[in-house]
Amino acid sequence: MGWAIALHGGAGDIPHSLPPDRRLPREAGLRHCLDVGIAALKAHKHPLDVVELVVRELENYPHFNAGKGSVLTSSGTVEMEASIMDGKSKKCGAVSSLSTVVNAVSLARLVMEKTPHIYLGFHGAEAFAREQGVETADPSYFITPENIERLKQAQDANRVQIDYTQPVQKEAKDAAATIPNGDSQIGTVGCVAVDSEGNLASATSTGGLVNKMAGRIGDSPIIGAGTYANHLCAVSATGKGEAMIRGTVARDVAAVMEFKGLSLKEAAAYVIDQVPPGNAGLVAVSSTGEIATVFNTTGMFRACASEDGYSEVAIWDSPLK
Amino acid sequence: MGAWAIAVHGGAGVDPNLPKERQEEAKRLLTHCLDIGISALRSNLPAIDVVELVVRELETDPLFNSGRGSALTDNGTVEMEASIMDGPKRRCGAVSGLSTVKNPVSLARLVMDKSPHSYLAFSGAEDFAKKQGVELVDNEYFITEDNVGMLKLAKEANSILFDYRIPTIGTCGAGAAAMESPLQMNGLPISVYAPETVGCVVVDKEGRCAAATSTGGLVNKMTGRIGDSPLIGSGTYACDLCGVSCTGEGEAIIRSTLAREVGAVMEYKGLNLPEAVDFVIKNRLDEGKAGLIAVSKNGEVACGFNTTGMFRGCATEDGFMEVGVW
Repeated sequence: MGWAIALHGGAGDIPHSLPPDRRLPREAGLRHCLDVGIAALKAHKHPLDVVELVVRELENYPHFNAGKGSVLTSSGTVEMEASIMDGKSKKCGAVSSLSTVVNAVSLARLVMEKTPHIYLGFHGAEAFAREQGVETADPSYFITPENIERLKQAQDANRVQIDYTQPVQKEAKDAAATIPNGDSQIGTVGCVAVDSEGNLASATSTGGLVNKMAGRIGDSPIIGAGTYANHLCAVSATGKGEAMIRGTVARDVAAVMEFKGLSLKEAAAYVIDQVPPGNAGLVAVSSTGEIATVFNTTGMFRACASEDGYSEVAIWDSPLK
Repeated sequence: MGAWAIAVHGGAGVDPNLPKERQEEAKRLLTHCLDIGISALRSNLPAIDVVELVVRELETDPLFNSGRGSALTDNGTVEMEASIMDGPKRRCGAVSGLSTVKNPVSLARLVMDKSPHSYLAFSGAEDFAKKQGVELVDNEYFITEDNVGMLKLAKEANSILFDYRIPTIGTCGAGAAAMESPLQMNGLPISVYAPETVGCVVVDKEGRCAAATSTGGLVNKMTGRIGDSPLIGSGTYACDLCGVSCTGEGEAIIRSTLAREVGAVMEYKGLNLPEAVDFVIKNRLDEGKAGLIAVSKNGEVACGFNTTGMFRGCATEDGFMEVGVW
């Protein structure tokens, strides 16, 4: 039994026709973040530090829906949220409605460690960020041209998307034809890790749904929905926030392991199965170093590795390369 | 067709020295709310409507910490939050950071029914409220003298208070109170702490469960602080099997996803409601202090708490009715 790590860049109806200029940067991002996490685990960093570190990298990467590269609200602004949880102590921290904080996951960690509270949102969270001296940026820093285009498409279609439609002009119709509801969904980033002592941690971060109402909070900052960790496992989920909240997805994986005696993989599959198809995915690790990555969408950007040398980067069912 | 059942709460963690007249006042309000719920159930109103109705009543009355009578933030303002969940299909709605919405639980209901989302907060929630035409008032409406006093005490003690202080006979200050009682809630002497959050759970004759929770949160909380009450799975939960509303130390409730836990042990361990509530209170709170009320689709009602007391009431169709503090 050694360390293990899994991370994701969002689950959704990622079309197999995803063009290289959209696929390759994300693959590279997943590999890079996996390497960062592996190096940290090899250096015996605590899983809580590891997941924060990896999610920071994912947030900074503009191709995933978190931090820079977050999708836009109906007002064209960015509202970011995140949560983090330590398995052993079950201490947790969460933040919502951030617009200038470069790394939401780190602010969530500070809420956990530096306040008597668990969850801060909006102006209060922004004020706390300034007090703590975390890195902030002008709101425009987070906005990418891709996301401006996505918002426009969503508003034209008058629809809230889990994520983005392929903003690929001439292939748009083809893409729409192959994707069930015309959407491609990539929303949220997350990371789970366990060390050789069985310490577990999980963190999740996102910009949320394209064209969401201002003030809309999804599953990512909700302990038990998007993020959960206890002595058995650590889980980070992704998908349609509303479905994850009512399904208490992250929490249920651990509950099913505990109460039904299922293995991590069985528990993850069981829980995802309960969520309507096309809506959910998760990554999880157990205290004994098992890894599970399950999704009921077309694909999920993900990467994982364990101390025995196994490693994988994947988008659809089979690992890439 | 099954039998209905209803439970309400006004918060867990009560000072053993709470003056009798305050206990009676609380019991009267709980009885009144139960009566409203019972009438509604007898008129065949579905569970989801009943919980909203009852929690509205609790929000409107300034006695408990929700709606009017909410505890104040460190800025002296009120920021309210609430959530509601409908067991069939597990539809849910939640709101946080409200400052002008007269009945937060009703806005949570509208989020569930009239928006594509599950949870709205702060100015986004307030904008939605305006668009929905719900009753809006100035923030001052929610502020009571009791709570202004409690905030002052909290700032002097430079600590977070769960709630407002029960005005006691005499002039003991927070310091004296601390010496009198070794009991604590959230790091505060129980004589200074008073329970917060209100909630209601209902199962109707069709076996449908629902739950709703509402609060002003911690006195002297940082603005923007969100507690367990609007978090589905923590403060509120309802599914085919049960409806649950929790109250107490927010951190403990969130870490243990307390409301969901009741449903999970029923679903995955096959426990019945009283067993599930008992199991969860005994085994899931660690050092945390909290309480909860719950109903099951079979018409059972149960409550559990590891605090000194919880303001609560419950009733079932066969005529059973009980209101209590201890």
